[in-house]
Amino acid sequence: MTVKIQVENLTKIFGRNPKTVLTRLKNGDSKDAIFKETGHTVGLNNVSFEVNTGETFVIMGLSGSGKSTLARCLNLLNTPTEGKIHVDGSNIVEYNKNELREFRQKKVGMVFQHFGLFTHRTVIGNVEYGLEVRGVSTQERSEIAKKTLDTVGLEGWEYRYPRELSGGMRQRVGLARALANDPDILLMDEPFSALDPLIRRDMQLELLDIQAKLKKTIVFITHDVNEAFKLGDRVAVMKDGVIEQIGVPEEILAQPANDYIADFVQDVDKTKILQAKNIMVKPNALVSLKDGLKVAVKEMQTNGISSVFVVDSERKLQGLVTIDDTIAAIKEGKTLKEILIKEYETTSAGTCIQELIPIATYKKYPIAVVDEENKFMGIIMRVSVLAALI
Amino acid sequence: MTNFPAAISFKIGIYVEYFVKWLMKYYGNVFDAIGASILWFLLNIEKFLIWLPWWIFVLVIFIMGWRIKKFMAGLLYAALLILIGGFGYWELMMSTLAVVLISVVISVVIGIPLGIFITYNAKIEVFMKPTLDAMQTMPSFVYLIPALLLFGLGKVPAVFATTIYSLPPMIRLTELGVRNVPKEMVEAAHAFGSSKWQTLVKVQLPQALPTIMTGINQTTMMALAMVVISSMIGAKGLGMEVLIAISRIDIARGFESGLSIVILAIIIDRLSQGIANRYKIPEK
Ligand SMILES: Nc1ncnc2c1ncn2[C@@H]1O[C@H](COP(=O)(O)OP(=O)(O)O)[C@@H](O)[C@H]1O
Ligand SMILES: [Mg+2]
Repeated sequence: MTVKIQVENLTKIFGRNPKTVLTRLKNGDSKDAIFKETGHTVGLNNVSFEVNTGETFVIMGLSGSGKSTLARCLNLLNTPTEGKIHVDGSNIVEYNKNELREFRQKKVGMVFQHFGLFTHRTVIGNVEYGLEVRGVSTQERSEIAKKTLDTVGLEGWEYRYPRELSGGMRQRVGLARALANDPDILLMDEPFSALDPLIRRDMQLELLDIQAKLKKTIVFITHDVNEAFKLGDRVAVMKDGVIEQIGVPEEILAQPANDYIADFVQDVDKTKILQAKNIMVKPNALVSLKDGLKVAVKEMQTNGISSVFVVDSERKLQGLVTIDDTIAAIKEGKTLKEILIKEYETTSAGTCIQELIPIATYKKYPIAVVDEENKFMGIIMRVSVLAALI
Repeated sequence: MTNFPAAISFKIGIYVEYFVKWLMKYYGNVFDAIGASILWFLLNIEKFLIWLPWWIFVLVIFIMGWRIKKFMAGLLYAALLILIGGFGYWELMMSTLAVVLISVVISVVIGIPLGIFITYNAKIEVFMKPTLDAMQTMPSFVYLIPALLLFGLGKVPAVFATTIYSLPPMIRLTELGVRNVPKEMVEAAHAFGSSKWQTLVKVQLPQALPTIMTGINQTTMMALAMVVISSMIGAKGLGMEVLIAISRIDIARGFESGLSIVILAIIIDRLSQGIANRYKIPEK
């Protein structure tokens, strides 16, 4: 895993004399106080993070928290007041005019909230724009543009104008325009916020699809938690120009760093985010085939449970025995193998809790979590599934 | 105590006079050269328009009216032109048209770059805005004075005065058009690594084109209005006819020449507005 973008102590202040406000900010003055006393707006305050190659990094936060400012610093539409932004190891803040233009032409594409399409150009004219600016030949750029339009599902619309398209289709054009340059990095500033919920969902799935194929490094901005958790490999939560927490979605959901974030994530549908591995537990008792019946009884009795999973010497799951069956088997002289019950549910670590709800509510045994080789990893109690629903 | 005190008196006019004299003394040949080239263009355009067989001109206007507006409009414009010819004003109309055309061309050539320049220089705008306001609200006669001083009597000062009077809407509307290009669109252009020039040529100007075309329409109308007045300093044309009619209190002649100017104004306005509308980018 290599680092694609490394942001170090990035600060952005809007106003007449941003530098003069820096010391106040460093002394810990609040955003409100600085605005009241100096008229400067703190957009970003000492932000640091890294984005890995091929990762979808989501920046989430309420309106005005500095998300756009941050995204726009990454292609220098906003000039940082202080701090460094390394992309592939070189600090883009120090780029001269030509280096910056080349960086924008080749390395980074942007998708805008209100699409930002050129209304005087056709769909294909929009998609060709970046290539045109780079001086790619007419024929080549029309080929590339057509291919890119196919990728986003807009074949046949090449010679229409943006005004003839629905919102969802317009944003596909926006996406195609960014992709046509084949940049390593995609900056997407609330690209789906202006769309209807149903279309938004389609676009999210489409983006996941495209990303699975193209493996870009995506910085995705949203104020919608569900969108953030659905798309993000990792999520950063912002407030007042500060990153409050960075982590994988489950982490932020399970351990919100403060009340602001807890508030933020409270209306997330947890069952879609949390996976089996997040709620599974290591069982207190586990019996191996070679242990025999007596050990099994003892394990169950000492732990006060009525059934136990049985594994072989390689920890592969073999089945489950109940305490009643085991005691009966000792009397009848049967072996552990003979009384194994196979009617239990197994699941993989990456399964969403949502999918576990039906099996958890009807079955009397815990759910076993196994890996691809059927090795036993842990169990999920019915109560933990139900707890996640609340 | 009711009369204004004689002790308070300013003599500014004399300095303006000095300035103009100084200009004439040291840059006289510059103005001569400018005057000569304007005159050359003007005479050639005028010669061409008068050389053009009348029915070709009528046909061209008819087709333009038909294409740009509708068939009936084309027919009407053609009939109105024939009416002007019937008054005996064909050649005078062409002279007027020549002055209007060249003034509009000069206004466009100066106004568009200046308008763009102002958008990029907020400081200049602070001083340009009142200047443009003044240029537009000043009685148009006033422009005759510097025109006279710099170029004497004749066609050239008429073009000069007409151009100055018709220039402001060109500058203003270019600036308005470029400034009003949606911010996100300009940012998109930047985000894809466009240079300033590319952003201007590929995004801002095409977006501003409808407004610029409206500017050309307004400039043309202003020029036509001014051309009548500038005939006071010796430009031959329909305006001069009106002046002569007024001085002789010749009502018939005044009516015919006045009507001709109105007709010309209507045709030019409708046609240029029609062209401007074609460049409108529909929103939905
Ligand atoms: N160009 C600007 N000039 C002044 N203040 C700005 C500018 N852009 C953003 N801000 C301010 O910076 C803060 C963060 O804005 P923004 O990054 O747009 O937030 P978000 O995208 O999270 O809604 C806000 O307080 C906003 O008012
Ligand atoms: Mg924003």
